[in-house]
Amino acid sequence: MNTLVCIKRVPAASSAVTLTDDAMGVDTRHVGYTTSPHEECAVEAAVQLVETHGGTAAVLTVGPEDALEQLRDALAMGVKSAVHVVADSDAFGPADVARAVADVVGARAGSDDAVDLVLLGNDAADTGDFQVGIRLAYRLGWPVVTGVRSFSVEGGRVAALGDGPDGVEHFDVPLPAVLTVKEGGITPRYPSLPGRIKAKKAPVENVTPGFEPAGSGRVRLHLPPEQPSQVQILGEGADAAPALVDVLEQIGVVGR
Amino acid sequence: MILVLVETQADGVELLSAEALTFARGIAASGDGDVQALVVGPHPAVTLEGLAAHGVSAVHHADDDRLAAYSAAAWAAAAVDAAKATGATTLLAAASPRGNEVLAHVAARLDLSMAANAVTADAGTAGTLVVRRQVMGGAALEEVHLSGAAGAPALVTMAGHAVDPAPAAAPSSPSVSTFAPALTDADLVARVVRSEPVVNESGALTTSRVVVGAGRGVGGADQFGDLLELTELLGGALGVSRVVTSLGWRPHHEQVGQTGSRVSPDLYLACGISGAIQHWAGMSSAKTIIAINTDDEAPMVTKAHYAVIGDLHEIVPAVNAEIRKRKG
Ligand SMILES: Cc1cc2nc3c(=O)[nH]c(=O)nc-3n(C[C@H](O)[C@H](O)[C@H](O)COP(=O)(O)OP(=O)(O)OC[C@H]3O[C@@H](n4cnc5c(N)ncnc54)[C@H](O)[C@@H]3O)c2cc1C
Ligand SMILES: Nc1ncnc2c1ncn2[C@@H]1O[C@H](COP(=O)(O)O)[C@@H](O)[C@H]1O
Repeated sequence: MNTLVCIKRVPAASSAVTLTDDAMGVDTRHVGYTTSPHEECAVEAAVQLVETHGGTAAVLTVGPEDALEQLRDALAMGVKSAVHVVADSDAFGPADVARAVADVVGARAGSDDAVDLVLLGNDAADTGDFQVGIRLAYRLGWPVVTGVRSFSVEGGRVAALGDGPDGVEHFDVPLPAVLTVKEGGITPRYPSLPGRIKAKKAPVENVTPGFEPAGSGRVRLHLPPEQPSQVQILGEGADAAPALVDVLEQIGVVGR
Repeated sequence: MILVLVETQADGVELLSAEALTFARGIAASGDGDVQALVVGPHPAVTLEGLAAHGVSAVHHADDDRLAAYSAAAWAAAAVDAAKATGATTLLAAASPRGNEVLAHVAARLDLSMAANAVTADAGTAGTLVVRRQVMGGAALEEVHLSGAAGAPALVTMAGHAVDPAPAAAPSSPSVSTFAPALTDADLVARVVRSEPVVNESGALTTSRVVVGAGRGVGGADQFGDLLELTELLGGALGVSRVVTSLGWRPHHEQVGQTGSRVSPDLYLACGISGAIQHWAGMSSAKTIIAINTDDEAPMVTKAHYAVIGDLHEIVPAVNAEIRKRKG
């Protein structure tokens, strides 16, 4: 049972962002980088699969040299090896990323490292395209379940569940398969110190994409219209309670 | 022509789909023809009334027993057939889990681009659709130009609450046609095999008129008593920040934000929440935002409509007492 997890290095801005001069990207000079919480859950799931079923878990990213940082984070959580498709991820649209991942899966087919399950996040934290997993599944001809909150593998099948419009929905698909994971049902572990040390020595295979990316179609970025602060400060501390309840009455959420 | 994938529930058109129909009329007005609706599988009769109120000129109903259990691939097969048969130049859905999923399947099947989470879309020159869509949880908007042609429509999902759903100026009496989409066995592999209707734990949160938000400022798992009381007094639901769920103070299904639920209540009362963009992404469309925070420069305070500065553990009990007093 071999699992491949796809993660993406994304800017970790917490307040308003600024754009680069050409407006083609977010100015990242003053922000750190991270991966999506969804993807951290996917990494955790891959590590747990190895603990339960044996086999291997590998992590993959399509990104610049610096994305090694995110690969090491995943390795520190217990993933054994990494594949780094070295490329400018901004030049890669979701179809390109799916193609790059499919190429790696294809190259491993029939070998000891043949991939049985690809895990991705439900949506990337920066571009939020909601597509890579699905496009990958079509390239591979495998079934795909998205928005998976938790799952288990048994007898060559995956039982997965996620939130549907009317409640919890269950899926049951044969391997090989693609799953996209949502935060909520799986709790990622904090990397241990020995984990971090091991991660530094874990093998990272560098891959050059074998095709020209079609691109994302981005024309430019815009900042959302800035709203001048209109806040009305009702007061300080407990003394402001009557003023606050006046507002609640005004907007009709509390009756007399 | 704009074909809208409409999701339905027991009382008719889903809220986000109603928003998408409203949004579609805006695109149509900018020059892309009329609006038609696609409904997949069994649906309640009141859906038709809702679609007429939205002024759609035609309803296409994909009907097949195999569509009774949801499968994104099967829905996509239906959408591809309908888009081809009608010559739609745009295929639009809500950026709901299903809307995004089905359109991504369509994109993969037809090898087309797709723009998720659009906040505006206007007909451009030479058959293009100019779309601005939310990226980075809405902190920036990405402009993309999609080409839409019969057989190769522009694929767009509309961000929740980017428009207020409103009926058309003039209702229509749409034609209704039923068709059987071409489905293969492969389209049915990943389908819902079982669903548990009652356990959608975030259901109350996403539909509540009042959401009381709680962040790191609450201080601990055992510090939620006053906030839960306030939630109950207002007949609302509790929503929390990611810090609160990561620390294990509250369950994840209460999380609001980019990787949690998106809420659009009449009131969001944010207590001890700084207002990071990823949290803001989940509640910015609340009609009224009130912040309670010790820091008068926290983004949640400066972006709110009203704020009270101070310790939430002093303010919230006083608010509870005031509400009880006035209720008598
Ligand atoms: C890809 C990604 C996705 C994310 N998704 C989400 C998401 O879905 N939802 C989400 O919420 N976050 C999300 N985050 C995290 C987000 O960036 C913030 O870290 C988080 O929202 C901060 O939570 P907070 O406001 O509770 O905590 P803090 O930022 O620590 O803010 C605490 C606030 O409480 C105030 N305070 C402290 N004590 C008191 C007191 N006694 N009384 C009143 N006020 C007090 C402080 O002044 C401060 O403003 C995501 C991050 C990333 C990178
Ligand atoms: N550049 C990338 N490298 C590796 N994985 C990616 C990349 N971009 C997207 N993904 C994966 O695909 C998921 C969905 O991304 P998207 O379709 O772009 O929203 C993400 O959560 C990642 O798991």
